Amino acid sequence: MLTYLIRRLILVLPVAFGVSVICFLLVQIAPGDPLTAIMPVDATAEEQDAMRAAYGLDKPLPVQYAIWIGNLVQGDMGKSIASGRPVAGEVFGAVQNSLVLALSAAVIAFPIGIFLGFLAGYFRDTWIDRVVTAISIAGVSVPNYWLGIVLVIIFSVNLGWLPSMGAGPGGSSEWEWNWLHIRHLILPAVTLAVVPIGIVARTVRALAGDILTMDFVQALYAKGMSRADVLRHVARNAAATALSVMGLQLGYLLGGSILIETVFNWPGSGFLLSNAIFQRDLPLLQGTILVLALFFVAMNLIVDVAQAAIDPRIQRT
Amino acid sequence: MTNLLDINNLTIRFNGKRTVHAINDVSLSMKQGETLALLGESGSGKSVTLKALLGLLPPKRTQIEGSIHVNGTDVLSLSGKALRRYRGGEVSMVFQEPALALDPVYTVGHQIAEAVMRHKGISRDDAMSTALDMLDRVRIPSANRRLHNYPHELSGGMRQRVMIALALACRPKLLLADEPTTALDATVQIQILLLLRELQKEFGMGVIFVTHDIGVAVEISERVAVMYAGQIVEEGTTREIIREGRHPYTQGLLAANLHDVARGERLNAIPGAPPALETRPEACSFAPRCPHVLPACRECRPPMVDLSERRRVACLRAQETIAAE
Repeated sequence: MLTYLIRRLILVLPVAFGVSVICFLLVQIAPGDPLTAIMPVDATAEEQDAMRAAYGLDKPLPVQYAIWIGNLVQGDMGKSIASGRPVAGEVFGAVQNSLVLALSAAVIAFPIGIFLGFLAGYFRDTWIDRVVTAISIAGVSVPNYWLGIVLVIIFSVNLGWLPSMGAGPGGSSEWEWNWLHIRHLILPAVTLAVVPIGIVARTVRALAGDILTMDFVQALYAKGMSRADVLRHVARNAAATALSVMGLQLGYLLGGSILIETVFNWPGSGFLLSNAIFQRDLPLLQGTILVLALFFVAMNLIVDVAQAAIDPRIQRT
Repeated sequence: MTNLLDINNLTIRFNGKRTVHAINDVSLSMKQGETLALLGESGSGKSVTLKALLGLLPPKRTQIEGSIHVNGTDVLSLSGKALRRYRGGEVSMVFQEPALALDPVYTVGHQIAEAVMRHKGISRDDAMSTALDMLDRVRIPSANRRLHNYPHELSGGMRQRVMIALALACRPKLLLADEPTTALDATVQIQILLLLRELQKEFGMGVIFVTHDIGVAVEISERVAVMYAGQIVEEGTTREIIREGRHPYTQGLLAANLHDVARGERLNAIPGAPPALETRPEACSFAPRCPHVLPACRECRPPMVDLSERRRVACLRAQETIAAE
């Protein structure tokens, strides 16, 4: 197990390198000059060149990449072109907020999804199965930004129960675990949870349904096991695959909540990313994408290791 | 002493998209410690009978009539805790495909131990040592190490030994073996058969051995019941069945044997195919394939004729031969 872990960790390095190259190049491919956003319209060519040199944008791409990586490993992600603040601080603050949102959504979505999926799988081809399938298809199909707006109209505008904007009172972007902040979390977290509920429920339904038709289930009953025992066996068999799906979902929740964060003005990574794109803020964009991508890589690593721990058939050597 | 097993007029019908009359009026009894081979081709109702014995048939789609008693217990009336205590405790089963019948994500030791814990109510450690003892008894080499192996780490023969250890761990009175050697290599088949025979003597339990292989039946059993289309068509000691099988189907099975067939010679296969069992058979099910068929065979179901003590045949012609004797 330990050797497997070390091997997987070493394999992460080339992936991380690839991710960093793609992050860097992707932003270069995007049209538009970052300087136009911050330079006055009447700036002379000399002034533009001076600014370009100041940000190191006049050097060839490989050199720019080397400088970027060199600074990166020292924890310096450069300065935001738009705000002039260090990218690292901005990104980590935002990622932290996104993490709060994503984890809350996951905490809501995964248990509900697993429960519904198990229920549908166990009662396959009954009305329960059909209801759960309808719920999960609706969850996956409904555009969640639209659902977010609907929830805002109902719970913020009409009922006035919950706030609709920001992560805390007075537009605070510093997250704290108290009721004033959690109130702001409820609507975006619930909205964000809808898609993974559908996906997890469908995955678990298929898994549980398939496993229940396997011979060993009958063999378990034949040796006198109770229904609860059998369900425990089924759960363990389904766990490895379900875990990988949930790991990926958590990754999507973290990086893919741009629309939801925009709808709810949540000061997270998605919100930061969309601002960075509109302002052509190259260093900020690169930094945010890189951190999110590395989160994905880490998520995959954790899922792989957890899978190997649960399912002995997965090669551990 | 009560009979180990008494099946009386068992009739099983599956209702679903298609109705199947899987078992039709089967009666069968076994004495304590007897080994019975249930012989028949696929679809003849052998496995269904075993599943009915363990109450494993899906209750919603299955209609069961008649009765099954094991050591005097009415099996069909069992439910809940009593049924769980009976399954694995009183009667247990060795499945055809050990690779599919063992849970892939638990160690074999755990799978044996959990059954022992449920039935005997002992601690995990004690159950594990019982499991180890059982692995030894089914002659698994270095059992101590194998205890912590997962099913996929074992060979097919080894897995079937584990399955047998699991089935015998709680000392059942009756062991059901559902074609336990079909999925194995020929050499391993013999080993498993010999093992089962030894264990049967050692533990003294009754065994129902389901097979379509007449050679296997001869090897393992004292008695044979031949099944065709959900009915028992002939029953007797193994010697009686082999020496003088009376039912044309039994004779066909014996003739279809590969032994003493010269190269190039046509094999004596039974022509035709078994009936679909969509309706309850009202005539002899074998009549369409029978070389000795009489008009009367197509009009009523041939009654079971007792030829001697525990020797029965369901055939109109069998009666004739008795008359001739």
